[in-house]
Amino acid sequence: MLSVRKGLHTVLLLFLVVIALIGCSTTPKPKGAEAFPPVSSESYDYPFDNAYLATVLGTPEKYRAELPKEIPLKKSKIKIFDRDVPDALWYDQELRYSYALQKQAAPLVFLIAGTGASYDGGKNTNMARAFYKAGFHVVSISSPTYMNFIVSSSKSGVPGDAFEDAEDIYRVMETIWGKLKKKIEVTDFYVTGYSLGGFNTAFVTYLDEKRQVFNFRKALLINPPVRLYSSISLLDRMLENIPGGVDNFPLFYNKLVAEIGRVYKRADQLNMGEEFIYQAFKAVNPDNEELAALIGVSFRISSANMAFTSDLMTDAGYIKPKNMHFTKNTSAGIFGHVANSLGFTDYFHAYFYPYHKAQDPGLSRAELIDRMSLSTIEDYLRTAEKIEVMHNQNDLILEPGEIDFFPRVFGDRAKIYPRGGHCGNMDYRDNVAHMVNVFRH
Amino acid sequence: MSTANQKRPATLMLLIAVLAFGGCSTKPVMPPDGEAVIPPDFPADRVLGKDVKYLSDTLISDPLEGFNRSIYRFNYRFDKYVFLPAVRGYQAVTPDVVETGIHNFFRNIQDVTTLINSILQLDFDKTMHTTTRLMVNSTIGLAGFINVARDVPRSDEDFGQTLGHWGVGTGPFLMLPVLGPSNVRDGIGTGVDWYALSEIRDRTTDLETWQELTWDILKAVDLRAHVAFRYYETGSPFEYEWVRLLYTTKRKLDVER
Repeated sequence: MLSVRKGLHTVLLLFLVVIALIGCSTTPKPKGAEAFPPVSSESYDYPFDNAYLATVLGTPEKYRAELPKEIPLKKSKIKIFDRDVPDALWYDQELRYSYALQKQAAPLVFLIAGTGASYDGGKNTNMARAFYKAGFHVVSISSPTYMNFIVSSSKSGVPGDAFEDAEDIYRVMETIWGKLKKKIEVTDFYVTGYSLGGFNTAFVTYLDEKRQVFNFRKALLINPPVRLYSSISLLDRMLENIPGGVDNFPLFYNKLVAEIGRVYKRADQLNMGEEFIYQAFKAVNPDNEELAALIGVSFRISSANMAFTSDLMTDAGYIKPKNMHFTKNTSAGIFGHVANSLGFTDYFHAYFYPYHKAQDPGLSRAELIDRMSLSTIEDYLRTAEKIEVMHNQNDLILEPGEIDFFPRVFGDRAKIYPRGGHCGNMDYRDNVAHMVNVFRH
Repeated sequence: MSTANQKRPATLMLLIAVLAFGGCSTKPVMPPDGEAVIPPDFPADRVLGKDVKYLSDTLISDPLEGFNRSIYRFNYRFDKYVFLPAVRGYQAVTPDVVETGIHNFFRNIQDVTTLINSILQLDFDKTMHTTTRLMVNSTIGLAGFINVARDVPRSDEDFGQTLGHWGVGTGPFLMLPVLGPSNVRDGIGTGVDWYALSEIRDRTTDLETWQELTWDILKAVDLRAHVAFRYYETGSPFEYEWVRLLYTTKRKLDVER
């Protein structure tokens, strides 16, 4: 039965990826190899021109930077607040994080994960490998929108505020550093993050100018949003690509499973690695709508996790009735269905805005939306030589033209790659080299 | 036969221990009498479509959810205090080559289960492939420690799949102690496969009890070492529901395969 659980893990991985296989059973598309364009003749040869495909598939093995498979990455737990957590979230009292330490004095880099992602997700782990190989101590931290972070380390329990999240992350960094400094010698501090973690990085660096605990030497924002509300609206809308809308998810899921089954039956080896996924994509060749639906589902899972966790933390009566108590054993049941039906924008309007308005009665929605943007600290970003940006021209979380914010504000400190979608090229060798070089020089 | 008998009291003890966890309610604690439930901002009756059939309703039967959730928490603790420390200790003292060899050995044993079930499913290809793997790996591969037949397709067939193949439904979802997600059909399948393997071991080897015990523990530790899943680390307050859905889906595909 344990071996079945291993398979379960594989299915978890495959689930989101192969969701896009839907619909191909009814409309076989003879596009063949188009989804896998030949290697471009340009000097930047990241393989996927299509932003959706890049976002979903990332970087194929042979295009990835060569990194050590095993680094001494240790997992640990730390208590941030001395407080009780809700019964239903009893297992998340302490913050989980990981670190890899050099034997000698070295610079230390903090990594901040993206929306709903954990410290040990694939992207943070690959960044940890790259920086460790380059001689850095590494500390990897989950996104402030990740359940374990919200429960253990969010002061308010209401994630999503640029400034409050930065305070929470800063506190986490200080607490972890308090523990690690007995073990290691650090020459300089650095910070980086991808997606929402890149956005967080900007505000953490801004906060550090006041607090001066780390005096970050350099900070790198990887594929950050500019205006948070624009990005969450785009991500919510991606779910409209599910045929019949989000209520049709069960049908969508069942069709998907039938499709996985067909590919799974043909695969005669149990080895369901990367090659299987690429073969499956080649065989089915999903179109952009299907890929967008897949990305939308992935972010919806994150938003449902975040919103429901936050609701349990604050007891604000967003999804769970205020005077109903969840025990350790309570089934999410119908509340889980509700959470899955609500998006980031619902969270913003019905939960996040009221929370802020209670503290600042004069606050309008438009003001709050404007505040949750890199523009808020634009003057600082323009002059902060220590902050650099790595982004993609065709990133899916930016509105048309929004990418121009970066060259305009950061000038030469913004490196914009021609393609890669949202974080799809993070493991690509040029990108990894750039990432490391920003901190080395 | 004697070893199977010796194991029965242990199984019984486990069953009793497990039943002690049972019966916990999965309902939220409602407000005291006379107090109405305060509707949330997004009440289910307003948000959810009337005719939507949810996967948890159509695909899964989980009448034992209270019991299952208790076992889920037990498994987390067993992992934390027993299983994972054992895995870490094992990996610390065992050279990688030996670890791989032991893993190959148990996978070769697993191929015996696959062979039996491939025959029971009248699946000619899987039977041929598995026979080839077993013959090559058990001889040239030194009793399975070296996976010489790596190019021969490997399948994983168990008695739960065999029952499913012949049309037996899954029955209710079941969270097994230590072993994790299952259902009534697959749980019975696990028992049958285990019984068959220990019978074969008794008849083909001459092991002392302590040797058999070492074998069983090593097998469990080796299996856990190769499963990446960690309880309560998916970052979802709906983790139990996800595990249930994905397990059920995975087994459906395994049976169809």
